[in-house]
Amino acid sequence: MSTTTEPGPRAKAERPSRLAHAGRNADERLQAASPLRTLLNKVFPDHWSFLLGEVALWSFVVLLLTGTFLTLFFDPSMEHIVYEGSYTALRGVEMSAAYASTLHISFDVRGGLFIRQMHHWAALLFLAAIVVHLLRIFFTGAFRKPREMNWVIGVLLFWLAFLLGFTGYSLPDDALSGTGLRIAHAIMLAVPVIGTWLASSLFDGPFPGEVIIFRVYIAHVFILPLLTLGLIGAHLALVFKQKHTQWAGPGRTNTNVVGERMVPRYAAKMVAFFLVVFATIALLAGLFQINPVWLFGPYKAAVVSVASQPDWYVMFLEGSTRLFPAWETRFSLFGEHFTLSPLFWPGVVLPGVLTVLMLAYPFLEQRITKDNRIHNLLQRPRDVPVRTGLGAMAVTFFVILTISGANDVVAKSFDISLNAMTWAGRIGLIILPPLAYYITHRVCLGLQQHDREVLAHGVETGIIKRMPDGRFVEVHQPLGTDLEYTGWAVPKKMNRLGALAPAVRGFFVPIERPAAPPEVAPPAPNGHDDTGTGEHTRTDVERR
Amino acid sequence: MSAQESLETEHGPRPGTTLEPAAGTAEIDINAPGVTRFDLVREGARRDGIEIVVYEPRVEPGSRLERRTERSVALLFALAGLAGAAFIVAYIWWPWEYPGTELNAFHLQRFYTPVLGVTLGLALFLLGAAIITWVKKLLPHEVAIEQRHDGPSAEEDQRITAATLTNVVDESGIMRRPLLKGAIALGALPLAVIAAAPIIGGLIRDPHRPLPEMEAAGLDLSPQDHTGWHPALNDGNPVRLVHENGTPIRPADVAVAGQVTVFPGIPRGTTNYYADSPALLIHLRQEHADELRGQLYELNEGSMYGNYVAYSKICTHAGCPPSLYEQQTNMLLCPCHQSQFEILNNARPVFGPATRSLAMLPLALDDEGYFVAGTVNDAGELVGSDFKVPVGPSYWER
Ligand code: HEM
Ligand code: FES
Repeated sequence: MSTTTEPGPRAKAERPSRLAHAGRNADERLQAASPLRTLLNKVFPDHWSFLLGEVALWSFVVLLLTGTFLTLFFDPSMEHIVYEGSYTALRGVEMSAAYASTLHISFDVRGGLFIRQMHHWAALLFLAAIVVHLLRIFFTGAFRKPREMNWVIGVLLFWLAFLLGFTGYSLPDDALSGTGLRIAHAIMLAVPVIGTWLASSLFDGPFPGEVIIFRVYIAHVFILPLLTLGLIGAHLALVFKQKHTQWAGPGRTNTNVVGERMVPRYAAKMVAFFLVVFATIALLAGLFQINPVWLFGPYKAAVVSVASQPDWYVMFLEGSTRLFPAWETRFSLFGEHFTLSPLFWPGVVLPGVLTVLMLAYPFLEQRITKDNRIHNLLQRPRDVPVRTGLGAMAVTFFVILTISGANDVVAKSFDISLNAMTWAGRIGLIILPPLAYYITHRVCLGLQQHDREVLAHGVETGIIKRMPDGRFVEVHQPLGTDLEYTGWAVPKKMNRLGALAPAVRGFFVPIERPAAPPEVAPPAPNGHDDTGTGEHTRTDVERR
Repeated sequence: MSAQESLETEHGPRPGTTLEPAAGTAEIDINAPGVTRFDLVREGARRDGIEIVVYEPRVEPGSRLERRTERSVALLFALAGLAGAAFIVAYIWWPWEYPGTELNAFHLQRFYTPVLGVTLGLALFLLGAAIITWVKKLLPHEVAIEQRHDGPSAEEDQRITAATLTNVVDESGIMRRPLLKGAIALGALPLAVIAAAPIIGGLIRDPHRPLPEMEAAGLDLSPQDHTGWHPALNDGNPVRLVHENGTPIRPADVAVAGQVTVFPGIPRGTTNYYADSPALLIHLRQEHADELRGQLYELNEGSMYGNYVAYSKICTHAGCPPSLYEQQTNMLLCPCHQSQFEILNNARPVFGPATRSLAMLPLALDDEGYFVAGTVNDAGELVGSDFKVPVGPSYWER
């Protein structure tokens, strides 16, 4: 905007001046000069684990793109028709219009199968990215004050994504999706007091009725995406407003952000990363078949195939319903008989309790540790053994449930009795999480101790020295004197310290000059920073 | 490359290595002579609370390394373009229509989707790689430090905003005017109901409202309490057991130790409209039938026909069809959560999460010798009969 203040050679001045003119025109109308600059200048820290949220974001974008394409061909109707499309094996079979239109997309629309598979793979990636992103937020303490609100929004986003996935899976009205809906119906029935009314109202009568696919469709393409989009917006706005957390390291304090300004580096990397996520989904969709509904046949109440599995993110609930013992409570009140279905505990209570625990975790931790300060520096998981242990416990719980959701497949593949698998799951669910806690806690303490040893005695060099008395000892390279642990990553290998000079690049002939020896002798006790920014940052910046 | 060049013009400093520590922190006069473009950039950053502490070229400008990197970026872009073009060519000209019976392992149509995936994936991936390489290898390396301004707003601002807010409340005088308070509550409540009514009210459906077919038969029976086997759906006559294609079934149609899925022989009886009705008709071996007959529940007395028995095919757990028939153990296994039902003992659940036995469908023969759902009463008359208990998953009022 201010380039014109500088005189320059004509050839160079001409282009900027036209730009400047356009810029001034825009600014006269929008007064955007200074907010725009602030936006361009915003600093983002860089770390691979900060990309996980982005994977979720970009898969969501791919979902919107491919999903819009699918709506142009999908017919959310349960009307009975006889299939006459080009897939020969199902010609003449009675099915719903929804199922027939899915076959149509797969066989009779150019590239339709590719887009369908991209949509499904993107959904799987979306949920995987969300779960891993959630774990990174948890294990690094990124949810602490002031980011509790974003954690809460995140938990809601997880459930929205779950519902988006489940409703999408239900749309084609094939044997698997109908079975999924049937179980969902049974879980609704299991809700005390209002269950039958709830199920009857959503399905407009007994299962399956004639409207459920249409209602699920509206939820899937309108209500849920809208809510998700709104919450993602709020989520990102908060990340923007509160500024991203950063790892502790040289020059990084609780009151600053060290990184790159958003434009151009960070923004360009984001665009590139979107392309990479998109590419991954395209490759998956092209090379790996997913949800071949034409093999399952249309949904019929009396038919189900063996080893029918829901998508991976539903399997933990499938597992909990499989493992939960057959407990049904029947009781009478005022002469009426009431029933608590066996699905109530694993299908209603368990997800409810998990959600409440997750929503409450940041506040519980705050209450228990009495830590009300603002935290902008991430914690290394080893430095918070209790939280890391709890997280390991939760992950173990989730993994056992997920495996149990496919225990028939596991039993068959490994020739184990199914009953044994079920019992292993039940016992494992009680014993393994506490064990995971114990082990993780110990490992964290061990890692802490090792870090402090390195700080005190130096890095192992791998060089063995023979002492005059014949003993062999390993030479340690001290990092400095009186170093305190400050939450930074501690170097453990010689080459992290630059013991070996980096090779000069070039295959046949050198294409760069070897680096000149540093002018300032000691590069402060911080030559280990991951991003390689350490050597340059000023040492007079306070450390914590 | 323009970004790179511009750094070397007279507009900017040739950004050296580490910048002077203090340089970025003090305000500069942007009108002073000799102020470069980069000085302005830094001044802008400074006004945003940002200090650019490192700003240096990644590669020696004009060096071999730079030229080589430039070439590889250009190559990546070119390859991306090639892959993209390949995608478009394949999309349009690769045979994509399903060839029906002519499909064999080598038919080109089989490779349509993989070819699309590989070409599009490559194009996007190469484009991404080109941009990343450009940014990471050619753009100047930068470290910027932005100060956070976390804490609460200034106390002054807090007070002013609080006053503005309380003033709003005060202006309305709602605190001083209890009459208005009550009136608002009275007036707004119906409004809230009005907002909720069309949404919830339109959706609500009484689970006990009978099916139109039942209503036509003049019976006020809630859909949970009957299935398609109810004689009222067949003008009061016992309902025939039929195959999925609608043909009725004689005892001789089912071989010993054989089984067949049966549906009520009424209009729409084989469709999902009567999704709770399907049953599994089993022809037991003599010794097995005797074993079952020896331990029939009272409820199931008289429901077998000879060595034939029919169980509901809707799992009492969550409603899947427990249709895996294990011959050796005489178990019915539900594929959804692995409940196992003992065929020779009233289809009692013996493993897994199901809590109730599968309902037994009373079997009899009509005068043409076809299976029907019904029992023969003491007077020797055939009366149609549904399952004797509700089938499928448990629910609250059950
Ligand atoms: C639709 C799903 C989601 C999307 C698209 C999404 C996207 C993002 C993105 C792009 C970021 C910034 C980069 C990063 O730190 O990874 C972020 C940060 C964050 N997310 Fe998510 N996220 C989602 C779900 C979740 C979930 C399930 C949680 C936790 C329950 C969560 C909690 C957070 C928090 C606390 C931050 C701030 C992190 C920090 O500043 O270090 N998000 N999210
Ligand atoms: S539906 Fe049969 S075991 Fe769950």
